[in-house]
Amino acid sequence: MMNDIPPKARSPFSEAFEMFRRNHAAVIGLVMLTFIIGIAIFGPMIYPGDPFEMVWIPFTPPGQEGYLMGTDYLGRDLLSMLIHGAKVSLTVGISAAIVTVTIGITVGALAGFYRGWVEEVLMRLTEFFQVLPTLLFSMVIVALFGATLPMITLAIGLVSWPAVARITRAEFMRIRELEYVTAARAGGVKNARLIFSVILPNALPPIIVQAALMVGSAILFEAGLSFLGLTDPNVASWGQIIGSNREYILDASYTVTVPGVAIFVTVLAISLVGDGLNDALNPKLRQR
Amino acid sequence: MHILITILQRLAYAALLLIAVLVLNFSMMNLAPGDVADTIAASMGGADAELMAQIRAEYGLDQPFLVQLVAYITRVMSFDLGYSYFYNAPVTELIFERLPATLLLVVVAQFLALVLGVLLGVFSARHPNGIANYFVTLFALFGYAAPVFWTGILLLIAFSLKIPLFPVAGMSDVTVEGNFFVEALDVAHHMVLPVITLGSIFLALYSRLSRASMLEVLGSDYVRTAKAKGLSQREVTLKHALKNALPPVVTLAGLQFSAVISGAVLVETVFSWPGLGQLALTSILARDTPTILGILFFSALVVIIGNLLTDLVLRAIDPRVRGRA
Amino acid sequence: MKEPLLKIENLRIELALRGGQTPVIDDLSLELNAGETLSFVGESGCGKSMTALAIMGLLPEGVGSVASGRILFDGRDMARMNDTELRAIRGNEISMIFQEPMTSLNPVYTVGEQIAEVLRRHKGMNKAQAWSRATELLDAVRIPNAKSRVGDYPHQMSGGQRQRVMIAIALACSPKILIADEPTTALDVTVQAQIFDLLRDLGRETGTAIILITHDMGAVAEMADRMVVMYAGRKAEDGPVRTVIDHPRHPYTKGLISCVPHLLAELTEARPDLTEVPGIVPSLASFGDDACLFASRCDMADEQCRTSRPPEVGFGGQNSACWKANQL
Repeated sequence: MMNDIPPKARSPFSEAFEMFRRNHAAVIGLVMLTFIIGIAIFGPMIYPGDPFEMVWIPFTPPGQEGYLMGTDYLGRDLLSMLIHGAKVSLTVGISAAIVTVTIGITVGALAGFYRGWVEEVLMRLTEFFQVLPTLLFSMVIVALFGATLPMITLAIGLVSWPAVARITRAEFMRIRELEYVTAARAGGVKNARLIFSVILPNALPPIIVQAALMVGSAILFEAGLSFLGLTDPNVASWGQIIGSNREYILDASYTVTVPGVAIFVTVLAISLVGDGLNDALNPKLRQR
Repeated sequence: MHILITILQRLAYAALLLIAVLVLNFSMMNLAPGDVADTIAASMGGADAELMAQIRAEYGLDQPFLVQLVAYITRVMSFDLGYSYFYNAPVTELIFERLPATLLLVVVAQFLALVLGVLLGVFSARHPNGIANYFVTLFALFGYAAPVFWTGILLLIAFSLKIPLFPVAGMSDVTVEGNFFVEALDVAHHMVLPVITLGSIFLALYSRLSRASMLEVLGSDYVRTAKAKGLSQREVTLKHALKNALPPVVTLAGLQFSAVISGAVLVETVFSWPGLGQLALTSILARDTPTILGILFFSALVVIIGNLLTDLVLRAIDPRVRGRA
Repeated sequence: MKEPLLKIENLRIELALRGGQTPVIDDLSLELNAGETLSFVGESGCGKSMTALAIMGLLPEGVGSVASGRILFDGRDMARMNDTELRAIRGNEISMIFQEPMTSLNPVYTVGEQIAEVLRRHKGMNKAQAWSRATELLDAVRIPNAKSRVGDYPHQMSGGQRQRVMIAIALACSPKILIADEPTTALDVTVQAQIFDLLRDLGRETGTAIILITHDMGAVAEMADRMVVMYAGRKAEDGPVRTVIDHPRHPYTKGLISCVPHLLAELTEARPDLTEVPGIVPSLASFGDDACLFASRCDMADEQCRTSRPPEVGFGGQNSACWKANQL
């Protein structure tokens, strides 16, 4: 009896989605992330107020006087600062990731596709940027050209793209040799179209995973910069809260621990989602 | 012989990279609005145009860009990194004063993270249902997501303030005097928290990767052959499997030097560790160009040397790498 | 009648799969005598490799296990031995070579070292002795320039050469049994012949019994003394090679042989058309059923074949598990 009829074929998207759905950690991460995004978008509406307004006595512990998270060293409402900080972190995180991925894919795709001297030059460029000490370099850029959110985003993007470039190049080099690309070439498809319509879509899975993780690392990066004081002073950022309250950890440790938890939870959520994406999109693991 | 040629090639390439770094950084510093003269003028409480011109001429800032650039690079090649008017000392002196502290932190943290990471990874690959495995998974997640400066502060609060086990700041206690051993112990005592903080991120990375690598290797055909030969468990794991599982981890460690330095800057700030990180922050805020350039240069140097060493270690472990250039 | 060197009695191997414990080898019994070459033949998935791994005690940890039966080697039951005892036998009294020579050698050690370590482990040789013996062994497996090649790494050798190294490792301690699991499947056709010749010659020289697992009927005809035909985890037929090929007593064996035209051409005048055996191997889930698993593909099958498992019937030195064996 033929009892080994193969199951009905499913599209790669639904298969990936199914794998993601089954991964509990990834789903939890996604839920957490949605929650945080919700706070970033709707928080200021639900809990209005200027985060920089001094509202009460400094160092009021959390829970007292109706201030859920207490106040910081200047008497500002910590909860309000946290909520506004969510928006900053996520904005910078996502924008920086976009910058990183754009530069990275461009460099990687050109290098992996054209090979030859184009690849040599681009790879040297990539190596060069990998050798630069990332935080120091960004610090210098921000200090020199102004500590505004766009500049911070650019600074982070400029030092983070090599990782994406490497992955893109590797994928392009691999896919370029596959039969369907050769077939397309033989059919007279032009280079530009080959890159964008044929190779790139198939190279996306690992790039997507890396992009997701880039958001997390960009958030950490921004937190580091603002911790050191290199951030827009008009914007409440989680790292900055920790940095400015640093000297007071003996008296009011919650001012530094709580914002850190916020960063931690956000990045953790992103990592979980990224891992889930990796499992779902990575063909090697799918054969289990 | 072959290896010497390779090392020389690498060094030559490294030198080129460094020059490129210098060029980039120098250009960047000069692109930015404002310069040294502004800072000096500000610290003097203001200066008129004539005085500014005088200051600029004195510092060679009125020369064309390329001239300045070449002059700078030439000076660097003769180990002269310039003079910091902010600190009133030669940059080289400033840096060498603080470089050892940073190097100590970076090297110890990387080394411990690598060794512990590999041990943990190997152990949890061999015992997939053990506690070590859970620990690796959990730690890998948390170690990565927590901002390094936050971890440092938490550790400070816990083990320095609440439970006074370790010193709050600095690298050594001035009051401690004695022979080398006693002083070294004191430094080690101060080093514990910063090293744990800095190393934790990388421990997470390395243990997770070495576990994955080890698992893959343990499932390979040549490990099956080793078992079929009747070799002991130890020989199979440590002799046959480990050597093949190490290269990816070593490669990753090599790529992390840049990140380790970044982390060191933050950790040094938290623990007031007297290294390059603190110097970097203050000189960046003060627009002290020569010092900034010097620090950027040295950091790039550390990364390049780190890469070179990693490459050499890889060659020693994996014979397949030796065939290539 | 001398005691057989290896005796497998009613062996049952189970795999822990999603649906539970599934038998992959069901009630297998066979014998191997000293110095003889026995061939396991059958399609992929019929359990040939599993049997070999079970003998060596190398079933995948946690997944495969010997559920019942005995594997008697020199009077000892290997299925009941602990790891230490098994390790003393592996590579020493019973050796195994595998299908993929390209990945079966450790890339970070020289071939000399990989041969020498077996000698140091089981024969107690010191480094120098083991190394020179390794060189001799490389020579014995017909690798030219053995002395200069003994310090080479696997990636510096071709597939055929690597397989020879595997053979050298396997024969280093003069084992009583050498198990060769599809040793040539991954190699070029010309190299295949060389490897088979090497195995046959070495087997004769050293008196080592060989278990040759293969689906290459041509190799079986040339090399083996006796053969075991396996199907879906069970033994279909066994017996001396010439007898089985001359007069197969199982429809599956008949089908296998008729797929290889030159075999028949050798033995008979008739040149029938190439036949194929229609249908596919049953899925793992039905391996334990009480029925003849070949029934769906057999044109002689009847109700009895579909509802009860055929017992083994003997015809002199030949055995067959078929209800219709005596009709063939």
